[in-house]
Amino acid sequence: MLVIVYYDDVLNFGMIVSSALMIWKGLMVVTGSESPIVVVLSGSMEPAFHRGDLLFLTNRIEDPIRVGEIVVFRIEGREIPIVHRVLKIHEKQNGDIKFLTKGDNNAVDDRGLYKRGQHWLEKKDVVGRARGFVPYIGIVTILMNDYPKFKVRALSFSACFSHPS
Amino acid sequence: MHGREIMRKDNLVERSDLGFVTFDITSIFDWNVKQLFLYLSAEYSTKNNALNQVVLWDKIMLRGDNPRLFLKDMKSKYFFFDDGNGLKGNRNVTLTLSWNVVPNAGILPLVTGSGHVSVPFPDTYETTKSY
Repeated sequence: MLVIVYYDDVLNFGMIVSSALMIWKGLMVVTGSESPIVVVLSGSMEPAFHRGDLLFLTNRIEDPIRVGEIVVFRIEGREIPIVHRVLKIHEKQNGDIKFLTKGDNNAVDDRGLYKRGQHWLEKKDVVGRARGFVPYIGIVTILMNDYPKFKVRALSFSACFSHPS
Repeated sequence: MHGREIMRKDNLVERSDLGFVTFDITSIFDWNVKQLFLYLSAEYSTKNNALNQVVLWDKIMLRGDNPRLFLKDMKSKYFFFDDGNGLKGNRNVTLTLSWNVVPNAGILPLVTGSGHVSVPFPDTYETTKSY
């Protein structure tokens, strides 16, 4: 009898995890972005966004990149995405576009951040455009990264909740 | 609008001094507006590129700041470089004011103000060292 109760718990937890995964993948399709929700990691866009704020992104091809938009991009070869604003764009007739970005809170544009010899960003570097945001919530992700013990405790805590009784 | 051009390698650099601009944006600030990111952008077409947009000036206004702005004798905050020589003789450079509304939480809209100013560029370069 005890064994059956154990399977129940495991299946329940599995259901929660797969539902979360389905929602995440669904969001990826709807928004067109590989990372539809990101956490702001630096203060380079203050006072608009602070470390720990959550951003909701879309990356639809029909939406052209225009100045003033807040883009989340990755520099080739680097993992960490950067959230800054588009400062200049030069777009060709066929849709090829190159653009420059700058953080609101930075004194200079991002050329110094790009790869050596790279002067512009292109569509392929873009993870998404910020369309909405919620403050503070992302702090949990930052805490989990900075304090791994916290991650283990948080996960075991949520596993307790999956118990049906 | 008064524009001056300075020759620099093979790019055209323009410094425009704005006349003076007054605007009152009290009506945009409501309970869910944390800040406004205002920017003046120039849009134009060249032989090399069908569409170019360059931000010349920007400003952050927080809720609580004086909502009436009076800007006089402003210099362009960012250099106006073209990707090529497309500014020379360009009659159709349009300046528009836009703003990004940053809420306390929610959607981040980008709004463009109605109305714009056209700045025609002269056909020749001017060599001046007026910085």
